[in-house]
Amino acid sequence: MASHESTYQPTSRLSKWLDERLPVQRLMHGQFVDFPTPRNINYLWTTGGLLTFFLAIQIATGIVLAMHYTPTAAEAFNSVEHIRRDINYGWLLRNLHAVGASMFFLAVYLHIARGLYYGSYKTPREVLWILGVIILLLMMATAFMGYSLPWGQMSFWAVTVITNLFSSLDSIIPGLGTKIVQWLWGGYSVSGTTLTRFFSLHYLLPFVIAGVVGLHIWALHKVGQNNPTGLDIKTASDTVPMAPYAVMKDLFALSVFGLLFAWFVFFAPDYLGHSDNYIEANPLSTPPHIVPEWYFLPYYAILRAIPNKLLGVIAMFSSIILLCFVPWLDTSRVRSAKYRPIYKWFFFLFIISVIALGYLGSKPPEGAYVLWARLFAAYYFLHLLVVLPIVGVLETPSKLPHSITESVLGKGGGAAPLKAAAAPERR
Amino acid sequence: MVKMGGAGLALAALGVAAAAWAGPVLAQEHGGTQVARQPWTFSGLFGEFNNNQLQRGFRVYTEICSRCHSLNRIYFRNLADPDGPAFPVDGVKSLAATHQVEDGPDDNGKMFKRPGTLTDAIPSPYKNDKEARAAHNGALPPDLSLIVRARSVENDAPFYLVPYTMVRDVLSGYQESGADYLYAYLTGFQEPPKGFKLGDFMQYNRVFPGHQTAMPPPFAGGDGVVKYDDGTPATVDNYARDVTAFLAWAADPRLEDRKRLGLLVMIYLIITAVLLGFAKRRIWREVH
Repeated sequence: MASHESTYQPTSRLSKWLDERLPVQRLMHGQFVDFPTPRNINYLWTTGGLLTFFLAIQIATGIVLAMHYTPTAAEAFNSVEHIRRDINYGWLLRNLHAVGASMFFLAVYLHIARGLYYGSYKTPREVLWILGVIILLLMMATAFMGYSLPWGQMSFWAVTVITNLFSSLDSIIPGLGTKIVQWLWGGYSVSGTTLTRFFSLHYLLPFVIAGVVGLHIWALHKVGQNNPTGLDIKTASDTVPMAPYAVMKDLFALSVFGLLFAWFVFFAPDYLGHSDNYIEANPLSTPPHIVPEWYFLPYYAILRAIPNKLLGVIAMFSSIILLCFVPWLDTSRVRSAKYRPIYKWFFFLFIISVIALGYLGSKPPEGAYVLWARLFAAYYFLHLLVVLPIVGVLETPSKLPHSITESVLGKGGGAAPLKAAAAPERR
Repeated sequence: MVKMGGAGLALAALGVAAAAWAGPVLAQEHGGTQVARQPWTFSGLFGEFNNNQLQRGFRVYTEICSRCHSLNRIYFRNLADPDGPAFPVDGVKSLAATHQVEDGPDDNGKMFKRPGTLTDAIPSPYKNDKEARAAHNGALPPDLSLIVRARSVENDAPFYLVPYTMVRDVLSGYQESGADYLYAYLTGFQEPPKGFKLGDFMQYNRVFPGHQTAMPPPFAGGDGVVKYDDGTPATVDNYARDVTAFLAWAADPRLEDRKRLGLLVMIYLIITAVLLGFAKRRIWREVH
C-alpha cells in the first residue's frame, strides 16, 4: 500500500497463521501504528482524525434514526417528533446527528484551510487533494438531502430552491433544465416522491464517502503527510511513529472538540438550525427568507451575488470545482505559506472573504449586502485564478529550515539522537 | 515547534468563527430588538421547568387557548410527566375521562365514543383545518405543540457585534428566543399607531411581523379571568408567562433529560481531556 514497510511481528500462533494467509494485521500495523508521521505537525493535523470520527458518528446515529424514521410526506415530520419525544434517547440521537453534521463541516473547513495554507495540495499530493474535493462534494450532497428529511418548512423550501437551480439550464437548451428538475423531483413539484428518493440517497452516499475516504487515506499514506514547513521527510529523525505520538495527539484534540460538540448537543441544539423547520412543510406557504444551513451560506451568497441565474449557478458550483485545479494554479516552489511573506496575507484575505460571504448569505439579498457579496465573491475567484499563479512567480520565499528536525530543534539540533523517536516501541 | 504557530492558531479561530455564524443571524424575522429577553426557569445550563408554573400554564391553555388551538402532540399521559407539569396520575386519568374520544371500528364496523384514557391525545377544538378556518374568517389557528420552537427572535445586531452576540448566546446556551417571542406576542396587543391601516378582522400586535395578526387579544378579559389557586397573582402578565412556559415544555418535553445528561457528559469530557492532555505532553516530551 504505502512506501513504508510494516514492522509487524506476529506474536501468537494464530496471528502468525493469519499473517501468512491474510496480512490484514500487518497492513493495519503499518498504516496506523508505526506509520512515520512528521514530528512537527500541529493541531490542525488532528482534523483528519476528527473527520473520521464524525463520519462514524453520522453513520452510527443515522442507522438508528432510520429505524424510527418514516420517509413519506405525510409522516416524515411526525416521525422526527416521535423520535424526539417518545423514543428512548431519541432526542439525543437526533441532536447528535443534526449537530454532528455541523461539526463535520466545521472540521472539514478547518482541514481544507490547513491544506490551502500549508500547500498540502502541491506535488505529489494532487490526487490526494482532488479526492478530498470529491469528498467535500459528496458531503454537501449528503447534507443537503439529509436536511430535507425532517420535512419542515426550511427543508421543503431549501429543496425547492436548490433543485430549481437546474432549471437555469433552460437558457442554454430550452426545456433541458425543466426536464432535469422534474427528473430529480419525480414529478412536477417537490413532493413525497422527492423525499423518499432523497432518503434513499442520503442512506447510500455516506458509504460512498467512506469508500472515497479509504482512497484518500491510501493516497495520503502513499505520499506521506505534509507538515507545517512543507519540507519533505528526509531522515528518520524527521518523523515519529503514528502510535503513540499522533494517536495521542488526535485523541486529545478529539476530546477537546468533543466538548464543543457536546455543548451544542446538550445546551444549544437549536442554535445551528432554523426555527422554521419546526413548522411542517407546506407547499402553499413560502417562508419570507429561505436560507440554507450555515455551512452552505458562502456558496449561497456567491449564487445570489450574480444577477444572472445561470451564471450564478455556474459560479456557485465552480467555486468548489475550482479547488481541484489549485495544485496547478499555485506556481510557488515553496509549499507552506509560512515561508511565503506576501501570499500569506492574500490567504487570510481569502479566509475573511469566505467568512464574510457566510455572513452575507444569511442576510436578505438587498442594498449594501449585495454589493459586499459581489466584492467578496469576486475576491474568492480572483484569489484562486489570479493571485495563486501570479504571487507564486513574483514572490521571494523567506529562508526555509534545512529539515523538519531543524525546524523543531533549531540549528544543529538535528544531530541530537532521539531516543524516544528512534525506539518508541523498544523493538 | 509542535505547538500551533501563530498562523495556525488564527486559522483555527477563523474557522470556529465561521462555523458559529448560524443561529442568531439566520433566526426568523420576528420582532428583532423589540423582544426583551425574559428570565425563564428553564434557561441556562441548570434550567428546569417549574411544575407549578406548567400546571398554571396548562390551566391557561385549557381555559383560553384551547378554544381555538389544538395541542396534537401532547397526550394526557404527558401531563403526569415528572419532568413536565407533573400532575398526579389519578387527576390526569379523571381529566382524560371527561372527554369523549371516537374509537373503532368495533366488531360491527361502527365507530363509537368512549371516555378518554392516558394514551389519548389532548382533543382538538376542530375536526379539521377547514372547520377551524371557517370559524376564524379564513385564518388557521396553528397547533401549539411546537410553537415555541417554531418561533425565534432575529438577531439584528450590526455585523461587527455579531461575533460577540454569537459567542455570548452559545456560551450561555441561549435557546429561549421562541419563548421570549411568544411572551412578547401575547402581551404585545395594543391600539394601532395613528395612520396604521388594519385589515378586516385583524389586530395590531407590537412584535408580530407586519404587526397585523388575525388572533384576537387572548387575555382581553384582564386580570382574574383565569383563577389561580396556588397563591400566584392571577394577572395577565403571569398568564402570558405561565402559558409560554407550558408551551415551551410541550415543544421540548425532554429538556430536563437533556440538560441533566449534558452536565454529566461535560464533566466526563473535561476530565478525559485533561488526562489525555497530560498523557500527550508526557509522550511528546522527548520529541520536542
